[in-house]
Amino acid sequence: MKKLSILFAAALLAGTAFATSARAGDELTVVSWGGSYSESQRKAFYEPYNAAGNKVTEAEYNGEVAKIKAMVEAKAITWDVIDADTATGLQGCAEGVLETIDWDKLGLDRSKFIGGDLLDCAVPNIVYGTIFGYDTTKLPEGPTTINDFFDLAKFPGKRGIFKNPTVNLEWALIADGVDAKDVYTMLSTPEGVDRAFKKLDTIKSEIIFWEAGAQAPQLLADGQVVMVSAWNGRLQTAIDADKKPFKIVWDHQGLDWDWWVITKGTPKLEEAYRFIAFASQPERMADQTNYIAYGPANKDAIPNVNPMTLPNLPTAPDNLKTAFNVDPQFWADHGDELKERFNAWLAK
Amino acid sequence: MALPPYMTTSERVSYYGVRVFVGAVLLFLIAPILAIMPLSFNSEAFFSYPMPGFSARWYTGGDDGFFTNARWTGALKLSVIVAIAATILATCLGTLAALGLSRSNIPGRAAIMAVLISPMIVPVIISAIGLFFFYAYTGLNGTLLGIILAHTALATPFVVITVTATLMSFDRTLMRAGASLGGAPHTVFFKVVLPLILPGVISGALFAFVTSFDEVIVILFIGGPEQRTLPRQMFSGIRELISPTITAAASVLIVFSTFLLVTVELLRRRSERLRGIKS
Amino acid sequence: MTDDVMRAADGTPLKIKLRQAERREVTRAFLLIAPLFLFIVISFLIPIVVMLKNALYDPDIVDNLPQTTELLRQWDGKALPSEEVFAAFAADLKIASKARTVALVGKRLNYEIPTLKSKVTITARKLDSIETGPWLEAVTAADPIWKDVFTWAVVKRAGSSITPYYLLSALDLRQDADGGIERTPENRRIYLQVLGRTLGISVMVTLFTLILGYPVAFMLATLPQRTASILMIFVLLPFWTSLLVRTTAWTILLQDGGVVAQFLHITGITWIANVLGLMSGEPQLFKTRFATVLAMTHIQLPFTLLPIYSVMKTISPTYMRAAKSLGATPFRAFRTVYVPQTLPGVAAGCLLTFILCLGYFITPALVGGGSDNMIAGFIDTAMNNEGNWGKASALGFVLLIATLILYYVYNRLIGIDKMKLG
Repeated sequence: MKKLSILFAAALLAGTAFATSARAGDELTVVSWGGSYSESQRKAFYEPYNAAGNKVTEAEYNGEVAKIKAMVEAKAITWDVIDADTATGLQGCAEGVLETIDWDKLGLDRSKFIGGDLLDCAVPNIVYGTIFGYDTTKLPEGPTTINDFFDLAKFPGKRGIFKNPTVNLEWALIADGVDAKDVYTMLSTPEGVDRAFKKLDTIKSEIIFWEAGAQAPQLLADGQVVMVSAWNGRLQTAIDADKKPFKIVWDHQGLDWDWWVITKGTPKLEEAYRFIAFASQPERMADQTNYIAYGPANKDAIPNVNPMTLPNLPTAPDNLKTAFNVDPQFWADHGDELKERFNAWLAK
Repeated sequence: MALPPYMTTSERVSYYGVRVFVGAVLLFLIAPILAIMPLSFNSEAFFSYPMPGFSARWYTGGDDGFFTNARWTGALKLSVIVAIAATILATCLGTLAALGLSRSNIPGRAAIMAVLISPMIVPVIISAIGLFFFYAYTGLNGTLLGIILAHTALATPFVVITVTATLMSFDRTLMRAGASLGGAPHTVFFKVVLPLILPGVISGALFAFVTSFDEVIVILFIGGPEQRTLPRQMFSGIRELISPTITAAASVLIVFSTFLLVTVELLRRRSERLRGIKS
Repeated sequence: MTDDVMRAADGTPLKIKLRQAERREVTRAFLLIAPLFLFIVISFLIPIVVMLKNALYDPDIVDNLPQTTELLRQWDGKALPSEEVFAAFAADLKIASKARTVALVGKRLNYEIPTLKSKVTITARKLDSIETGPWLEAVTAADPIWKDVFTWAVVKRAGSSITPYYLLSALDLRQDADGGIERTPENRRIYLQVLGRTLGISVMVTLFTLILGYPVAFMLATLPQRTASILMIFVLLPFWTSLLVRTTAWTILLQDGGVVAQFLHITGITWIANVLGLMSGEPQLFKTRFATVLAMTHIQLPFTLLPIYSVMKTISPTYMRAAKSLGATPFRAFRTVYVPQTLPGVAAGCLLTFILCLGYFITPALVGGGSDNMIAGFIDTAMNNEGNWGKASALGFVLLIATLILYYVYNRLIGIDKMKLG
């Protein structure tokens, strides 16, 4: 029995030794959304930053905001810098789980950033468009407007959509004839929400859902769907890097941001600032467009962007014609309710 | 096998019918597992037959290869470390508890047993959330120790159950014989008890190993950015973008489980022979 | 020694001596069990109990609006609260605003009245610049929603740290203005349906595993040992293969145009189904209910089969022979003599599979469609993506209760310690 207990003690000791070595040194952990998006960040930010003698550890998440909150409450921060969506930036700031950004400390000109003054706890990183795309070999006479996405008679076949009400409800109303600028007023009323869901009902039988950004181009590539909604960069990467015969429809793209945020109370605050300042330089942001077609939030980056890439960015003038901004305030208020209803709807 | 001549036609039909049905079910059990293995040698990145050519690129092809991509090898290494540590802990704790439980006259035995095997009963998603909060407040989230302890908790029921089952048929007079011949308790344990229950202990340990090695839900909650175990790496792979490297990973794991299966079967037979049970 | 009590060598009665020895034995047994017992209780059971507490306990409002909730206790709920309450509310909000906890108040109230999230924030911001009352005017001017008696009823209700809100909403129920219980509006009802679906899928999978597993178990138990051992590999290999690997296999095989579709095509099943009008064109299997049930049946089959097999192994063939010699047809002998003897195994296998099915999360998420997510999937979403810990805990509570009831049944029928592995 004695030997057993010695063995047991040794095992525990070994375990503790592992634990202490788990998070050593001055590594900065940067968390992002995975897939081709993380890859673009690896090439444009992490690798050159690490080459300059720093150490960034990258990690992936799927928007699990609960983890940020738990980390802050437990004062055990394992995510230092996070690439967050607008809702997280807004809500996290209000709940006090994100650091308020000191722009002087960053050494950046806030006015140079598209949407720079929108959130207090976040630095705009990219502007992305929620668009839809199709496979030109399957639909040679492809769809051109958002109405076509909802038109099963003209374009029969499955559609892939994001498993989230955001942009889907807006599109449903627009396809139902609502003017883009009235969409959020409309959605604030029960009748407007009903109308949006009624429109979604018309294509429900043909819908396949995706949850992670990389799934959208995958659905199209596998031939599971004839059209898919996606974040524009993901589809563009499939076209450019994987030579897929896809085409993006920019009609009524929903514009939104991704942001750099810093977890409140991180011991790596200085490094976090240093990393964000590095990643926000015009050259770095312009370099990222070589790997994924998202609009750099730093306006100074535009002159450095490869002219071939420019027309593929959501911020290109041609693509902005019918674009609308996804309203962060609206989704902060109605997100819970509409997500619940959306879940109820898709479960039926 | 010849059928008895006195069987009626309907009996013959049902005799063969059952056989065909059983054959089909066995095929259904094994086919998906076997079908995936050749696909991992496909030279192209898609998943249907016939395959255009054979290639080992999903095993050794640099970034595409399971054994040559640092993310996969790192995940494999971490999984092995965690599983070994959790197995050692679970086997020690579980065997001790099973020895205690085997004395028949313990008050509240059923209740104790219920507590000990509760990690197997509670749906894993609930365990995961409970551990997530607990670890958040004790600073164990994202640490290797945290994962090892969590896996230990999930794995102990299997050790307790297998060792208890072995001890049930264990002849206690052997212990008394050992003691009466002058053996000190720990001598009796190591010289008499352990060799006899060892097959059960090892089966339990293997179950514990597999439990830890396959665990995916808890790690999604409590794992930090550096803690990408093999199942976690596979899960994010399937969810996002199925690359054939996953089929390679799956094939490696299938070969591994075949090895475990054979080991456990041999042990079981050995144990039955040792304890004089005819199979 | 005048009495006739049996004594040990040192003179103590043997009875006492025996009892002492027994007590020592029991103490030693407990010492052996203690490390694992404590480990499980401390690092596993207590965390779960603490987590489940979130289903009932939510102090966000009482912590952050302490004066308001205190005063609202006396409020009758008929007319708008008094100036005093509004003053307390304004004072609380000012403090919360400094402590950056206003959002917590808004988040909790927003569950019951959508839009309150931003309205609370806006109200707090507006009040920051106001130093003196009258507060009723100031607050209602900041946003008219504070003129609504129902808003205050919700604040009052949320102001008690023990709240039935989460558990009720896990059952598609809510409290109306008077505190009575009513069903949530039709278009937001979801969890009863999810629960029903979880039970439905579990029943289906259990039934399929029984139908497929019973004959196999019968064959394995009655064939000669050598053949049975070889066939047993077909059952045990999947059993030992990781659940994730098996799910991966199905994810790949079920793709459109994948191996299963090819199989159906080659065997002519696709053609037959087309002729019969069951489907048109090639089958769509991936991301469907069919795929979920198929993959789960495959994964659970060994769990149902093995307990049935081990019971069948113990049944002596003489009973069947006796029945036949008494004139029963083989089928009748099988049905009336053999099957009843296997029922304990059937109950054990089916219950085990059913219980395990209830907690499925990974497989439906990977091979199932949007309407195949089971309750565990919703717990994950509530927890991770919505950050709604109360809801996650309440759903977890429902799932755990269902599981425990079934285990109780299992224990009564079979006994937990008779659970067999492999």
